[in-house]
Amino acid sequence: MTIPTSSVEQSIPGQGAMAPTGSSAPVRARRRRLRILSNKKAMLGLIVLGIYILFAIIGPWVAPYDPDAQSDDLVGPPSAAHWFGTTHLGQDILSQVLVGTRGVIVVGLSAGIIATVLSVVVGLTAGYLGGWWDDGLSALSNVFLVIPALILIIIVSSTVNNASSGLIALIIGCTSWPWGARVLRAQTLSLRRRDFIEAARASGEKTWRVILFEILPNVTAIIASSFVGTVIFAVTSEITLAFIGIGGVSNWNWGEILFWAQSQQALFQGAWWWFVPAGLAIAFLGTALSLINFGIDEFVSPRLRSAGKTKLTTARGHTVRMRVGFTPVLDNSAAPHTHATPTPAVNLDGATPVHRKEATS
Amino acid sequence: MNEPVLEIRNLNVDYGLGDQAVHAVRDVNLTLHRGEVLGLAGESGSGKSTFAYGLTRLLAPPGVVTGGQVVYHPERGEAYDVLALSDRALRRFRWAETAIVFQGAMNSLNPVHKISTQLTDVLRAHEPKMSAHSRNARAREMLRLVGIAADRLEAYPHQLSGGMRQRVMIAMALILQPQVVIMDEPTTALDVVMQRQILGELIELRERLGFSVIFITHDLSVLVEFSNKIAIMYGGRIVEEAPASALYHDSLHPYSAGLLSSFPALRGPRRELAGIPGSPPDLKGMPSGCSFHPRCPKVFDPCAGNIPVLGRPDTPDGSTRTVACWLHPIKEPVG
Repeated sequence: MTIPTSSVEQSIPGQGAMAPTGSSAPVRARRRRLRILSNKKAMLGLIVLGIYILFAIIGPWVAPYDPDAQSDDLVGPPSAAHWFGTTHLGQDILSQVLVGTRGVIVVGLSAGIIATVLSVVVGLTAGYLGGWWDDGLSALSNVFLVIPALILIIIVSSTVNNASSGLIALIIGCTSWPWGARVLRAQTLSLRRRDFIEAARASGEKTWRVILFEILPNVTAIIASSFVGTVIFAVTSEITLAFIGIGGVSNWNWGEILFWAQSQQALFQGAWWWFVPAGLAIAFLGTALSLINFGIDEFVSPRLRSAGKTKLTTARGHTVRMRVGFTPVLDNSAAPHTHATPTPAVNLDGATPVHRKEATS
Repeated sequence: MNEPVLEIRNLNVDYGLGDQAVHAVRDVNLTLHRGEVLGLAGESGSGKSTFAYGLTRLLAPPGVVTGGQVVYHPERGEAYDVLALSDRALRRFRWAETAIVFQGAMNSLNPVHKISTQLTDVLRAHEPKMSAHSRNARAREMLRLVGIAADRLEAYPHQLSGGMRQRVMIAMALILQPQVVIMDEPTTALDVVMQRQILGELIELRERLGFSVIFITHDLSVLVEFSNKIAIMYGGRIVEEAPASALYHDSLHPYSAGLLSSFPALRGPRRELAGIPGSPPDLKGMPSGCSFHPRCPKVFDPCAGNIPVLGRPDTPDGSTRTVACWLHPIKEPVG
């Protein structure tokens, strides 16, 4: 039973119930699988994220210099030799940014995955099973909710010598799931009494199946947005940690670049190239993740999609504004339409000022 | 009775634009006269609701009115085309001149506001000069008109039954005394007893207040009883329009005959319920010619090739009715 997905499909105009049946079936199946990619926002976000992941993999190899290597070119502006300029020790900033990408992406994505899995498991279980499970899991998430992640990481990394990025990801992941769990629990509570869930239960589906196949597809948008939110949070936490000087010194985190830029007063020196690349890298990563989030939202709920597209152009060049409550009128004459003209043409006067007297019958 | 209040001329409504467009309503001509109940019947997907939403410009995207005129004749003053109104004028026109009761309207009430708040809200928006006291008095009077005790004014929607909520919606539609009330299957969710009661009251109210009704339903038996004139829609077109009794006793279009033979008569000899074989046409791939011809029991040569024109048939009562069928040669087309 895949009621949720099929109902979403049917509410898409022209795709669901009205689509012609029969010979075009394989074509439709392929289109459906790739439809997320036809969303421009999601596509752009995925391309940008793909570039980040690519540099996370190949970054250390394509970096033109060793990020630690010092040179004579101190605080040099962008040049052919150093595209992003150099630091106060003559280190190449481009290399630092490239090498730092891996740590940021790994920590961000793995913390996001850990937190999302935990929040889905806890939220759906608590919401669907209710009773003792709900009480226990809600209490657990409330406890985790008040644990300040950043301070915990500071404490842990000061006790563990040279905390690895894996440990930081684990701590961020384990402390940032409760918000998502709460939202998912609330959504599950409202879903579990819906008729299609009751029907699934009544027809003897196993509890895990009801949760995974009936409820989970309905909360995809929430899971996606909480994943993206957690990834952004994890990235900023990690960068913050590096910026305040905690975390591994050896791996060149973007936060560390900013830390050095700050401590060497780059802004005061006018060395904008020191902090702008790292800042833009953070900003573009956040933008890409948000775009993916928007894309998933629109994919899951088609109403959002048409809400964004308000202006359309017709074949004859009219620009039409689509608004709820004010259906656009393309042609305001009473002449019969070409596509539907019955065989003998009917003579009509389509003059606009109409007087009551000339009414028919 | 002979004065028109709403003239719909060649209304065309599409879903979507360009090649992808689905033509849901095609060249519909209808005239609603003052004080008349015009019934609009047809199967699901025949374009009834799209027609109602299209003529009031309430159709949600991707719905588009691609052509036609909806000429409204106010009680005083010049007639005007609703489709040409500006947004402001359209907002003023709505509710005050034409009200609409939606399908499943009883779920349209806001559950967190009292009935009184929701009723007087309309008056506050459209008649700002009215005092709070007279607003309340009007709401009270409207509730009484639809058969609800005035003390229910302070109730919340969940404290009312489905039938009462539906009556509240009708009261709300009538509160500004519009000239035209469009009812889109307003009683579909109710049981037949409640349905009959509400419709009876509606007809009585119409006689008292003098508004006209466009009544949309797939239940032709209701229309036969309550409406003056019935229009039958199929595949986005009007296929037959006739006074209710003429349609019931002597329907010309085979589709109308099929609809009529789908429900039993209470009195009279027993007859076989035939129904209509097949299913409504796919609006994306309409059959050529008369869209009903693949299902029609009386199909013959011209049906598949050409679309029949809606016009006055060559029968004794031909001046009061129209039909679009090759079986019935027409004297003059309407449109």
